[in-house]
Formats: sequence, C-alpha cells, structure tokens
Amino acid sequence: MTDPVYVQALDLACGAFLLTGVLVLWRRDLAAIIWLFGLQGVALGALIAVRGLHEADVELTVLGLGVGLLRAVLLPCLMRRALAAGDEGREARPHVSVAASLLVTAVLTMLAYAVSQPLVRLAPTPATQAVPIALTVLLVGFFVLVTRRRALSQVVGFLLMDNAITAAAFLTTTGVPLVVELGVSLDVLLAVLALQVLTTRMRAAFGGTDLDELRELHD
Amino acid sequence: MVIVPVALPLAAAGLYAVFGWNRVTEWLGALSAGGLLAVAVLLARAGEGSGLWGLLRVDALSAYMLIVIGVVALLAMLASPGYLRAEAATGHAGPRAARSYGIFTQCFVAAMATAVLSASLGMLWVAVEATTILTAFLVGYRRTRKATEAAWKYVVICSVGIALALLGLVMVHYAAVHAGLSSREGLDWVSLAGHAGGLDPGVTRIAVVLLVLGFGAKAGLAPLHAWLPDAHSQAPAPVSALMSGVLLSVAFYAILRVKVVSDVALGAGFCRMLLIVVALASLAVAAALLIGQRDFKRMLAYSSIEHMGLIALGAAIGNGLALGAVLLHILGHGLGKSVLFIGSGRIQQAAGSSSVDAVRGLGGRAPGLATAFGLGLLALLGLPPFSLFASELGIVRAGFAAGLGWAVAPALVLMLVIVAGVGRAAGRMLLGTAPPGLADGSDGRLRGAGVPLVVGLVACAVLGVTLGPLRPLLESAVTIATAGPPLSAMGGAR
Repeated sequence: MTDPVYVQALDLACGAFLLTGVLVLWRRDLAAIIWLFGLQGVALGALIAVRGLHEADVELTVLGLGVGLLRAVLLPCLMRRALAAGDEGREARPHVSVAASLLVTAVLTMLAYAVSQPLVRLAPTPATQAVPIALTVLLVGFFVLVTRRRALSQVVGFLLMDNAITAAAFLTTTGVPLVVELGVSLDVLLAVLALQVLTTRMRAAFGGTDLDELRELHD
Repeated sequence: MVIVPVALPLAAAGLYAVFGWNRVTEWLGALSAGGLLAVAVLLARAGEGSGLWGLLRVDALSAYMLIVIGVVALLAMLASPGYLRAEAATGHAGPRAARSYGIFTQCFVAAMATAVLSASLGMLWVAVEATTILTAFLVGYRRTRKATEAAWKYVVICSVGIALALLGLVMVHYAAVHAGLSSREGLDWVSLAGHAGGLDPGVTRIAVVLLVLGFGAKAGLAPLHAWLPDAHSQAPAPVSALMSGVLLSVAFYAILRVKVVSDVALGAGFCRMLLIVVALASLAVAAALLIGQRDFKRMLAYSSIEHMGLIALGAAIGNGLALGAVLLHILGHGLGKSVLFIGSGRIQQAAGSSSVDAVRGLGGRAPGLATAFGLGLLALLGLPPFSLFASELGIVRAGFAAGLGWAVAPALVLMLVIVAGVGRAAGRMLLGTAPPGLADGSDGRLRGAGVPLVVGLVACAVLGVTLGPLRPLLESAVTIATAGPPLSAMGGAR
C-alpha cells in the first residue's frame, strides 16, 4: 500500500471511528445506538487491517478481521438479545440534554488533544497523530457511562471506552502482544455477558433497567 | 511447578462442576487452598523460576503474595461449608447456587494466583479483570435487590477503572517499543525494569498515572472506591474475606511493580506524590464514613479502604523499612480482615441483619463469637500483639525518617478518628444489654465456625511477635519492590 493511500485510508477509518462514537450521544433509540456501536466496530477492524496492509503484516490484518468480527457482530448481537428481552426501546430522558452533550464533546475533544501532546511528540507518524481521536472516543464513552440512565447505555459507554483503548493500542504500535490482545478480548466478552445476566436479574428485581432506581445501598 | 498454584484451584472448580456441592466436596475448597499454600511455600524456597512458555514467573515478591492468597483462601474455604449450611437453612441458597459458589470461588482463587505469577503486565491485567467478572456473580449471589445493585456497580466501576489501567498498559508498551524493546519484552516486568531508564518520560508519566488510578480502583483506593462498601457488604461472608483480605492487595501488588519501573524512569518523586495523594484521600474517605457507621459489614469495608490507604502511604515512602512494613501489613490485614468478615457473616446469620443496633449486647448472647470479633477489631485498629501494630509502627517510623512527616501526621490524625468511630460501633455491638426479643445462645449454631477464627487470630498475633521463617522471603521481596539493595533498617522494625 502506497503512503498517500495508506494515510487516506487510515484517516477515513479514524474519522468513521470518531463519528460513530459521537453519534451515540445524539441518538436516544437504543436499537440505533447498538447499530452505531456495530459500525464503530467495523471502523476499528478496518483501521487495524489498514495498519496491517501497510506494514505487510499478515497476522495484524487477520487480527483486524477478528477484532471487527467481535466488536461489529458478536457484541452487538449480544446486546440486541438483551434489548429484545425487555420492552424498553428508548433511553429515558438523559441527565444532560443532547445539545449540551454535543457541546461537552467539543470540550472533551480539545482535552484529548491537549493530553495526547507527549504521545504524538514521541513518534509523529500519521498513525500516532490520530491517537487524540481514540482518546476523544474514550472520554465520550465515559460521558455516556455517567450521564445515561439505562443499563444498556452504560454497557455501550463501557464498550466505547474499550474500543478507544484498542484503537490507541493499534495506533501507537502494531498492537500489544497477541496473547494479551486475546486475553483482553475474552475479558471484554465475558464482562458483557456478566452485565447481560445482571440486567436480567435487575429486571426481575426492580421491574426495569433504569439505573436511577438503584438506590438501596448508601450511607 | 509454577503452574500448580493456578491448576490446583481450577481442578477443584472442575470437580465442583461435575459433583456439585455436597457433604464431601464442601471441603474440597479448603483442600485446594491448603495445597496452594504448601506449593507457595515450596516455590518461595526454590527461588526464581518460570513456566507456561514464559508467561508465568515466580520471584520472592510473587511467592510472598502467593502465600498471602493461600492463607486467606484457606481461612475462607474452611468457613464456607458452615456458612452455606446456614444459608441453606434460611432458604437463601439451593444446591445450584452452592455449586456455582464452589466453581466461582475456586476460579477466583486461580485468577488471583495467575495475577501474582504473571511474568508481564499484560497477563496481570487480564487476570485482574477476570477476578472482577468472576466475583460479580459471587457478590450478586443472593439475587436480592441490594445484591444485584452492588454487583452492577461493582462490575461497571471496576471495569472502567481497570480500563484506565489498560490504557496505561498501552502507553507503557508504546514507550517500551520506542526504547528498543520487542513487543513481547515491552510488557515483561524484568525487561521493563531493566530498560526503564530509556522510557520516554512524557509518555511514561501518563502511563503511570493511568496505571496507579486504574489498579487503585481495584485496590479500593480513592477516587474510584465507591463500589467497595456495597460489594464487600453484599457478598457472602467468606467471599468478602477473600475480596477484602487478599484481592485488594493483589491489585496493589500491580502498583508495587509499576512503581519499580516508574522510580527508574521518572525518579522516585513522581509516583511518591501520586501515592501520597491517593493514600490521604482514601484515609479521609474511610474516616468520614466510619464515624457513625450503622452497618457492621460496611464498617469492615471502609476499614479496608483505610488499610489500603496506609499500604499506599507505605509504598509512597518507598524505602526498605517502609516496604517491609507494607508487605507485613498486607499479610496481617489479610488475616485480621478474614477473621472479621467470617465472624460478621456468622453474626449476620444469627441476628438476621447487619445493622449494629440489631446485634447489641453480643457479648452476653454469644461470648465466643463476640470475643473473636472483638479481638479481630483490636488487631485491625493496630493494637499489640497483633502484627498490624508492628507494620503500622514501621510505616510511621519510616515516614518520619524519610522526611515525609507532613504526610504521615495527617494520616495519624485520620487513624485516630477511625479508632474512635470503630470503637464506638464495637462497644455498642459487643457490650451493653441485648434488646429484648432476640434469641439467646447464638453460639450453639456456630459449632465448628470457630476454627478459622482462632487460627487467623493466632497467626496474626504470632506474626506480630516474630516473622520466623518468613523473614528471608520478606527481605528478598523488599529488595525486588525497592529495586535496590535492602536497607539494613529492616532489623530495626522489630
């Protein structure tokens, strides 16, 4: 892959990665949020595959396909099943309005650029220059996690953070060692399964998945 | 040999999956924990070694942590059969729940053993996150509203915290690869410590902050401590003992390893400041919520935050004396806190509540249990002869000697506040007259529960008098944790 094509493909993948992350804040329909999350998985897989093609690294390209499969197909499938088990299609009124959320995203983006200065400075390549994008998605994921009220939205927030960290790993280097990457993916899958089981129990115990209802424990 | 501490509990988990939890298999957990302890002692004697294609490695520090895991797991597993029998009697747990209890507790122990034996930061991260998922089901074991809420908060907060550590890991890897290490060496503890001087300071600084905050979340340190009182008060008592007594320390073990790398790459001052801030914040949180605490299981949970804060303070001081005291404190706290959580489970089952007011006058109704619980609290508050007295004294002395009196002094004030808060609750629980209408003679149902309590208290007291055969292991572990020659000051701790 020639350099200009590589840079364009990489920027395209990163742009799609960021856009899908921000759009999650915009939509309140849970099915649409899961759909956006799946699209972000595709962008992440493409990002890794582009890196692999550029480095002429077959293992990395295959890993990109695997990561894409996990995050674009398997995890969204699991979440759709959890969604179908209940009858709450929409996010309840979030604690922060959509317009305010998007403004906050702009601030978070600037924060991400400021924080990642030393990271870019160490090795200014097209890939590391995209690290701020990964950090922006990380902060957006955290923001979703703390401001949304449905259990499923919190899971999406957590997974956005995880996507962002995976992207950062493949943008800074050609990824952490394979055995670690496999372990991380397995842990994420198990965490989502555990949260799905807990969502079912929550529905049985509280009659819904509104996290504002979780008020039994306090001092 | 190195793989045995992981394989043994996994085998026990497999047996639980096949045979379920019954009169015979209920002692399997204790058997596997005892085996783990024995292997840990053998590994400590054998010195360094590695296994599983270099993924696992044992040195003095990991062998010491493995011993802590073995000891606390043994106490918790000895208490489990009696606890589950009482749960079944009150209709809280059927055979299916007991079977999954057996499977999950053993997998949990295996994950902790993997964490301390990991040769690399990567494996350690995977194992620590695995403990979160495994214990989530143990926290939500009772399936009540409270248990479900605690489990949900636990998984979400700890997963987010540990995600920060994962980002830190990615940054360390980035810095290491640019310092000329291969991708695989870039996360290996030995090569990282060896090449720490070449790591880019800007990137490493971000990485260390993320790793300390991330693993700090799992270790119950502020600011990401909010899950701890809920999870530790809702989990079954033996699981609380495991989580509070050893899981927190296993997460802190990761911080100790990170600190070795950070001290070479950035100088000792950076990690020290970070840890002092985190330690004092944790102590302040614990002190604020221990005053007027009305639930004795939550009281024990906040006390864990206090002790992790003290351990972080000791690590911040960072000389040989302080780290020796930190390691001793980890073991002493593991013993004392297991005894208290196991005892509190018994009290809760007898009284049907974990409220301090519901168990007033315990001393008159169940003198044996009350004595054990009272002695455990004295140990926890750092009174002699228990080992926490020696280790707290060591941390304080090392702090003043290192010129960090400005950090140790507020910690001492906060500890005094905590003594007052815990003492007041303990007085109401153990002394005074029982409210009318509560059954007498709760001790009758507690036959056999006394063994782990007595063993734990005696071990904690003996450690306070002499280290015995542990001393050489502790000294080698301190050498690794300080990444330098041991200070002869260790002799002065005793």
